[in-house]
Amino acid sequence: MPNDLNQTQVSVVASQPLDQLKRGGAKIKRKKTRDYHELHPVVNTIFSVLLGIFTIMCVFPFIYVIIISLTSEESIVRNGFQIIPAEWSTDAYRYLWNVKDQLLGSYGVTILITVVGTVISVLMISFYAYAISRPQFKYRRFFTFLAFFTMLFSGGLVPTYIVVTQFLGLKNTIWALILPLVMNAFYIIIMRTFFMKSVSESILESARIDGASEWRIFFQIVFPLSLPGIATIALFSTLGYWNDWFTALLYIDDPKLVPLQALLMKIEANLEFMKQNVDVGLMQQSLFDTLPQDSAKMAMVVIATLPIAVSYPFFQKYFISGLTIGGVKE
Amino acid sequence: MKKIVSDIYKNRIWLLMVLPGTIWLLLFSYLPMFGQVLAFKKFRIDPDGFFASVMHSEWVGWENFKYLFSTNDALVITRNTILYNLVFIVLGLVAAVATAILLSELVNKRLSKVYQTGMLFPHFISWVIGSYFVFTFLSSDRGLLNNVLGWFHIDAVSWYSEPQYWPYIIIFMSIWKGVGYGSIVYLASIVGIDRTYYEAAMIDGASKWKQIKHVTLPMLKPLMIILTIMNIGRIFNSDFGLFYQVPRDSGALYPVTNVIDTFVYRGLMTLGDIGMSTAAGLYQSAVGFILVMITNYIVRKVDNESALF
Repeated sequence: MPNDLNQTQVSVVASQPLDQLKRGGAKIKRKKTRDYHELHPVVNTIFSVLLGIFTIMCVFPFIYVIIISLTSEESIVRNGFQIIPAEWSTDAYRYLWNVKDQLLGSYGVTILITVVGTVISVLMISFYAYAISRPQFKYRRFFTFLAFFTMLFSGGLVPTYIVVTQFLGLKNTIWALILPLVMNAFYIIIMRTFFMKSVSESILESARIDGASEWRIFFQIVFPLSLPGIATIALFSTLGYWNDWFTALLYIDDPKLVPLQALLMKIEANLEFMKQNVDVGLMQQSLFDTLPQDSAKMAMVVIATLPIAVSYPFFQKYFISGLTIGGVKE
Repeated sequence: MKKIVSDIYKNRIWLLMVLPGTIWLLLFSYLPMFGQVLAFKKFRIDPDGFFASVMHSEWVGWENFKYLFSTNDALVITRNTILYNLVFIVLGLVAAVATAILLSELVNKRLSKVYQTGMLFPHFISWVIGSYFVFTFLSSDRGLLNNVLGWFHIDAVSWYSEPQYWPYIIIFMSIWKGVGYGSIVYLASIVGIDRTYYEAAMIDGASKWKQIKHVTLPMLKPLMIILTIMNIGRIFNSDFGLFYQVPRDSGALYPVTNVIDTFVYRGLMTLGDIGMSTAAGLYQSAVGFILVMITNYIVRKVDNESALF
């Protein structure tokens, strides 16, 4: 042990100016040899456990929902939602397979709006942001302000609702799920900053001298150069569409156009309704008996969440790099 | 005149690029802004279309606002919105920065990565899914919480009809969903701090705590200020799903879960009272706008570099 201490001191002596030796040396004497960039092992353990508990709190609900979806309905009625169920069962999934038409339909709607929406969104945002990032564009200040102002002052829910339903007539159309989420001033400003930083004027100038048109420059030079930024916007957009239920809540009544997240809300209401009317007739009673109520709901939650849960650890990297794209400053 | 035409011609490619976005902004942002005028009108649908409806509706002045503020609702929703947001801003900031610092200091970097991935999960799910997660814990007859209470022979609580617990549940859920994202934003900034600052601090004998206090936190200050201004600017807005889906739209909980956004939504969809809902929405937009301007002005006076614009 004394040996260890000596070594530490030697290395400290070597790396410190003389006048600080006393102070630094006195502090270090109490500790054992280790990397001083690191936390004390005890503190490190405490922090690891604390963060570990919080991490488990973040992912546990999903695991819990998976377990409930695999619990037999009888067991749920008798024991409630157990972490280790008394009786396992795949009835919920079998039941969902029987009503798969609506489920697949909603899955289709969600995938369609996610793909179409993301493509339109990325194109429109990057065109707009690229134009206002170029010094040659004379009116860039005006158009930057036009986008930026919408971050400060919003039109509000009711006027937007009236515009979408009465002026644009989008109620109960697939476009009502796509168009309202296409643009977002915040993303425009982020992308503008990104284009300013990552696409230098000199590269574009040489392409212009070579006779490339602005469109060609955009798709063959700017787009590939800005891929990290564009991937981030695409990711935000994809998530926005996949998780959207609010526009469906406002604009969609037609069961054929209900996206997955909204279906989850509706299923809830339908099952509640059936539960309340359970005494109305024998017919419904028997229907109610065969319906794996809670486990089916949870199975739907699992089906709706699984694609994100398995894919996000892979795209998380882009997500994080996107966050560091830069400030939103003017 | 000739100059304007030739300017437009010279900029035609750029103008073409901003055209789709501009149309969208006009339709989905600026037209509704014009529609805010309905807050001063009694809305009536006109067969000649949207503009005719807006223009021909009867002008009622401040009537809608008077009606809105004559009820107790205006006070409750304003109080709920502001108090929740204040708590979210303060707790959210502390939790995110603290978590980011802890994550950056963990010795085992692999573990730190696993934690980051885990904590980010709630950010990627919708509040519809989130409300089911909450339900598995709070369901009065099946939920985990009442089961656990049962083990200790404590009576089951019907969570969805007891308002006194909900401020805590709402705050907890907001932190639960937001910390992963928030901490990663700060973590990215911590990683970018020049290591030589820490080396210099260590040579001066600074303990880990002192390094955090005198190097990490000051370096994070600009980011903390920017994000806080943006949050203060949105103090009149709230996460609709958190207040609508998570309490499962339970009427018994309205006193503590009704915020301006849910109030406007219910006014529109349940009551169909266009005038009053628009008034509430305009009240939200206008106060929000003034708040952003004031906070940004103050920040610019104190520390010009950190101001948003």
